[in-house]
Amino acid sequence: MCVCPGPRRIGIPVRSSSLPLFSDAMPAPTQLFFPLIRNCELSRIYGTACYCHHKHLCCSSPYVPQSRLRYTPHPAYATFCRPKENWWQYTQGRRYASTPQKFYLTPPQVNSILKANEYSFKVPEFDGKNVSSILGFDSNQLPANAPIEDRRSAATCLQTRGMLLGVFDGHAGCACSQAVSERLFYYIAVSLLPHETLLEIENAVESGRALLPILQWHKHPNDYFSKEASKLYFNSLRTYWQELIDLNTGESTDIDVKEALINAFKRLDNDISLEAQVGDPNSFLNYLVLRVAFSGATACVAHVDGVDLHVANTGDSRAMLGVQEEDGSWSAVTLSNDHNAQNERELERLKLEHPKSEAKSVVKQDRLLGLLMPFRAFGDVKFKWSIDLQKRVIESGPDQLNDNEYTKFIPPNYHTPPYLTAEPEVTYHRLRPQDKFLVLATDGLWETMHRQDVVRIVGEYLTGMHHQQPIAVGGYKVTLGQMHGLLTERRTKMSSVFEDQNAATHLIRHAVGNNEFGTVDHERLSKMLSLPEELARMYRDDITIIVVQFNSHVVGAYQNQE
Amino acid sequence: MMFYRLLSIVGRQRASPGWQNWSSARNSASAAEAHSMALPTQAQVVICGGGIMGTSVAYHLSKMGWKDIVLLEQGRLAAGSTRFCAGILSTARHLTIEQKMADYSNKLYHQLEQETGIQTGYTRTGSIFLAQTQDRLISLKRINSRLNVIGIPSEIISPKKVAELHHLLNVHDLVGAMHVPEDAVVSSADVALALASAASQNGVQIYDRTSVLHVMVKKGQVTGVETDKGQIECQYFVNCAGQWAYELGLSNEEPVSIPLHACEHFYLLTRPLETPLQSSTPTIVDADGRIYIRNWQGGILSGGFEKNPKPIFTEGKNQLEIQNLQEDWDHFEPLLSSLLRRMPELETLEIMKLVNCPETFTPDMRCIMGESPAVQGYFVLAGMNSAGLSFGGGAGKYLAEWMVHGYPSENVWELDLKRFGALQSSRTFLRHRVMEVMPLMYDLKVPRWDFQTGRQLRTSPLYDRLDAQGARWMEKHGFERPKYFVPPDKDLLALEQSKTFYKPDWFDIVESEVKCCKEAVCVIDMSSFTKFEITSTGDQALEVLQYLFSNDLDVPVGHIVHTGMLNEGGGYENDCSIARLNKRSFFMISPTDQQVHCWAWLKKHMPKDSNLLLEDVTWKYTALNLIGPRAVDVLSELSYAPMTPDHFPSLFCKEMSVGYANGIRVMSMTHTGEPGFMLYIPIEYALHVYNEVMSVGQKYGIRNAGYYALRSLRIEKFFAFWGQDINNLTTPLECGRESRVKLEKGMDFIGRDALLLQKQNGVYKRLTMFILDDHDTDLDLWPWWGEPIYRNGQYVGKTTSSAYSYSLERHVCLGFVHNFSEDTGEEQVVTADFINRGEYEIDIAGYRFQAKAKLYPVASLFTQKRRKDDMELSDLHGK
Repeated sequence: MCVCPGPRRIGIPVRSSSLPLFSDAMPAPTQLFFPLIRNCELSRIYGTACYCHHKHLCCSSPYVPQSRLRYTPHPAYATFCRPKENWWQYTQGRRYASTPQKFYLTPPQVNSILKANEYSFKVPEFDGKNVSSILGFDSNQLPANAPIEDRRSAATCLQTRGMLLGVFDGHAGCACSQAVSERLFYYIAVSLLPHETLLEIENAVESGRALLPILQWHKHPNDYFSKEASKLYFNSLRTYWQELIDLNTGESTDIDVKEALINAFKRLDNDISLEAQVGDPNSFLNYLVLRVAFSGATACVAHVDGVDLHVANTGDSRAMLGVQEEDGSWSAVTLSNDHNAQNERELERLKLEHPKSEAKSVVKQDRLLGLLMPFRAFGDVKFKWSIDLQKRVIESGPDQLNDNEYTKFIPPNYHTPPYLTAEPEVTYHRLRPQDKFLVLATDGLWETMHRQDVVRIVGEYLTGMHHQQPIAVGGYKVTLGQMHGLLTERRTKMSSVFEDQNAATHLIRHAVGNNEFGTVDHERLSKMLSLPEELARMYRDDITIIVVQFNSHVVGAYQNQE
Repeated sequence: MMFYRLLSIVGRQRASPGWQNWSSARNSASAAEAHSMALPTQAQVVICGGGIMGTSVAYHLSKMGWKDIVLLEQGRLAAGSTRFCAGILSTARHLTIEQKMADYSNKLYHQLEQETGIQTGYTRTGSIFLAQTQDRLISLKRINSRLNVIGIPSEIISPKKVAELHHLLNVHDLVGAMHVPEDAVVSSADVALALASAASQNGVQIYDRTSVLHVMVKKGQVTGVETDKGQIECQYFVNCAGQWAYELGLSNEEPVSIPLHACEHFYLLTRPLETPLQSSTPTIVDADGRIYIRNWQGGILSGGFEKNPKPIFTEGKNQLEIQNLQEDWDHFEPLLSSLLRRMPELETLEIMKLVNCPETFTPDMRCIMGESPAVQGYFVLAGMNSAGLSFGGGAGKYLAEWMVHGYPSENVWELDLKRFGALQSSRTFLRHRVMEVMPLMYDLKVPRWDFQTGRQLRTSPLYDRLDAQGARWMEKHGFERPKYFVPPDKDLLALEQSKTFYKPDWFDIVESEVKCCKEAVCVIDMSSFTKFEITSTGDQALEVLQYLFSNDLDVPVGHIVHTGMLNEGGGYENDCSIARLNKRSFFMISPTDQQVHCWAWLKKHMPKDSNLLLEDVTWKYTALNLIGPRAVDVLSELSYAPMTPDHFPSLFCKEMSVGYANGIRVMSMTHTGEPGFMLYIPIEYALHVYNEVMSVGQKYGIRNAGYYALRSLRIEKFFAFWGQDINNLTTPLECGRESRVKLEKGMDFIGRDALLLQKQNGVYKRLTMFILDDHDTDLDLWPWWGEPIYRNGQYVGKTTSSAYSYSLERHVCLGFVHNFSEDTGEEQVVTADFINRGEYEIDIAGYRFQAKAKLYPVASLFTQKRRKDDMELSDLHGK
């Protein structure tokens, strides 16, 4: 039986703060591990640790009797989940017992961990007249799972205007989030394309000519694309645009971004599902499409075109707008609704979509069917397909799949599928000059930090970078000494900010290292980052953040035009 | 505040005659009158820009008798950078020409109030340049030595003396200072107004609120200007548009490239001190702290040149950027800290304002003056690197002389517009380069400093090969040239640490390169040289060239002639080597930075209607210099052709094959006096030939060498280089090159009359070689250039270049010896006897070293099988 006490997406809904290991003030590392290991809790820790690394869900909640879901590791599991050596061996191998002080990470080590995945993009300066309303973005992610299950994407639409940015939080593996991160923007871009452009692209494919590029990706080197599936994905996408072409009635209507986003989300999820049902003659691909379909991912995507900001959200990642008030203070405007048990309307929706008889079972312990935390997601066909279909696909599927306990397990009270949808909720916001930035982040951030703090920290970071509030002497009486004091203070403040060149990194530093006073405690940060992979997941989730910075001048100019 | 002050002065002066054209514009009653005044339809000269530069040019032109002048100002007179200028006039400059300009300006402004009746606020405060480090003190001492010899009083003083001169200064971290007592502060706007007023009285017509749209050009000659108020026909146009000069230059149909770029510049104004600072309080320049401080209305004015300048107006004039020119206190913070460290008592002083006024900078930190190489009659005076007030008077005078006489009274090559070409005109280049130049204003200026930005623009095809072999690079006219090659096992100091006035870290590296040149063979990539081909269908080429060049070019095909292009005064406009390729075709090799100047000179003096074809082939050839006694062996092995002096005499040029490559121009000369060959290789063969030379050369001990080795070799042999040692005020007779002049052949050429006269009367200066005697290479300061030369204790001239001679194991300096009359200071004839009979000393930063003067190179350097070929050497013996 796997008991996962961490804030897993699927599993028990226990938050890290309730863990006995970390109280508000972190214990010293020796206290952190060795007393625990020496005393009778050893077995509990060991048990926890060795099961927590499972990348997929095999457990439901602590209330489920152990006997009902016994998990037996299988050799085939190796390829499915890449098991790690368990934590016990890990600590033994590293000899932490003999040199506990080595456990501390130095500030440069901490920085190298924090900065390993950071990426920044600046919209090119010499843009002539087409000045973008986006100055650029910073993104970063910090893994808790190994490998990380979060994904991120950013791209500029080349055939239409606008930029797409998204974070994707995977569960039960990273296959689905990876696929969505590669594919979703193409579906959105295609949905946004005018009829003529679609025709042009289709004709080019037909006649073997070079295709119009659709997206300009802005990727960190670690953000990879699957080469193997690229052809399969392309064919599905092509089928989609062919249908769009066929559906076109000839009237050139303005493309509605909201509709395009919804269509793209639904279509991709549909394709994921279809590909898994149809299978692929190539055994590698066949296995891949099944893994994609049986794992899941939430998505939070922003489309920015001039002052038009659309956020399409499926699941519990969040888009937060940073607004600077006239007095310089910061406030947060939420642009997405979490699709989980905390959202009354989602609860309502689920109850409406299923018979009254299921009213009690459809959401249990704040989870869908007692299992899944997000109420909307890509993939997760276990919550979408009929039992028959699931069984058929699994039986005809490769052995690895067939032998996997998780995929074979049918959720309890599974009567009227589908229980899950990938349809996003789309929010529109018209940018104003006071809207300075947008934070897109997976729930790993939001569960550790309040949205108000997030916006304040990013806001202060960005203004520090830009001196946005210059000092002016005006008519006041200021002496050189006073001014000097003021400037020195500003500079010290700024240099602490300058440790990070990336707003997302700065935010992660706070999310992981903040003490009770809301300032970064290096010791805490060091300890959190030096947790062995297997433990890390208990104290934090994968965190993925994109901070998009808006160009207030351009936004203001748009406003003035009208 | 300053602006109101300006208005009040204008108001006071309005009654004086000759003002109504422009000053009345400020007065609503007479404004209409000014605007109704139509522009004249023609004038001899149109000056664009009513700042200190434009008014100074107008003032000087009108003084020299030119009256038909129109000055146009787009806004109001003296309202641009001139208005915001900090008002410090400082003569402590690094270049002698700059010192002279500033000195003249100082004298001019001093008497301007008397001359025009306009108050200029001129106050002789003196200035103190602080040194926080020994290196800074050396730098100041070098300037001090040079100031003294041109008659500007200055002295090196102790920190204690500094404290006496300025009681607010914290002097605890100082090692010394330089005091220049005659430096002054002055209101630059008022100076400009005074100059304008005087010019106006001399007949110059001044129109404000009139913008020049573009300059009209016909057949490469200025014909007029188009303004927003109509056209004016003119013969001469002067671009004094300050930071807009670049844009204005580009607005022509035939663009004039004026490489300059503005950076924001900040200074602080305070309220008066409790005991207001006296107006005679000296100006402080604390370069190590990056700030200047002057007294201002009882308080202080302090600004500086920060390490991280903010370039502005990269895309041209931009209203948004002008509006955003605000006080940036965070940016000013390091300078403010520095100010409070220097004057701690100012803590309680109240701030009045932080002024942000863009200043203009140029790619080499020298101002830009002179005539456009492309458009005749188009003159420029701009790019003052924030020294506009100090240079204004002098620069205006030189430019006026240039326009009236055809040349200025001093050599201004270092400031000449023609030192730049279109290649320095990229906005990106300028933006990046000025960000390096502005901090350099207060950085320590050490010998052999290379700019780090805007590099790798022009490179030889061998660049990567050489770089991989350890080449360290310097840049000339955008071209990367190797300085020396760092062997794989050797490390040099980091850039900042390598700054020194003493023995540099590359000393041993260059020594081994020099030794290899003397004993075996070295290869130096000298592709940067300017290369022209001049051809004609008939004999016109020879005819024209005989008139343009001082030496006889009617030599058999295949011969190379060292010659010069002289001006009417007999001075060198260019020093070059010309190979006669065939009867009608000549190949001309000039210094790298001559590319623009030499082209313009040829174009200007070649008959317009001749069918002479002049082509710049610089980019077509890679030039390799094979120096050393074994060069002959390498080449004959690669060409299967005998290369001995019998078959290939010195100063000979032949097209031959080297390795597989055919058509390589091989010339038996090395520009150093060492035996060897220059190979001019069509660029596609460059890598092949280089590889062959290196591989065959291995057994002869070949290695790469750089320009530092070349420099040491040429200076020890008394080879003068144009632009460093000789310039357009140096005649062949003054540098012992009479043999390169066809005076006896009865042929006319430009400058002949002047030379004949000089030959009759004798020369007033003579290029001389000095060998330092009691100089310790390891411990003493190294000579650079510009060091004063003393003969029997009397100042006689300055050095022009210097190098360590590894053969003589001594430093060698080249420099001019004058003979100033002890009574009148007048220049007298310099004879060989005069030179030989003196006891000489060279002043390096205040320390004098004994030196032996020589008019001929040291014979022992040529002991190896002396080939009669070395015409280059025999030339120096004179006849």
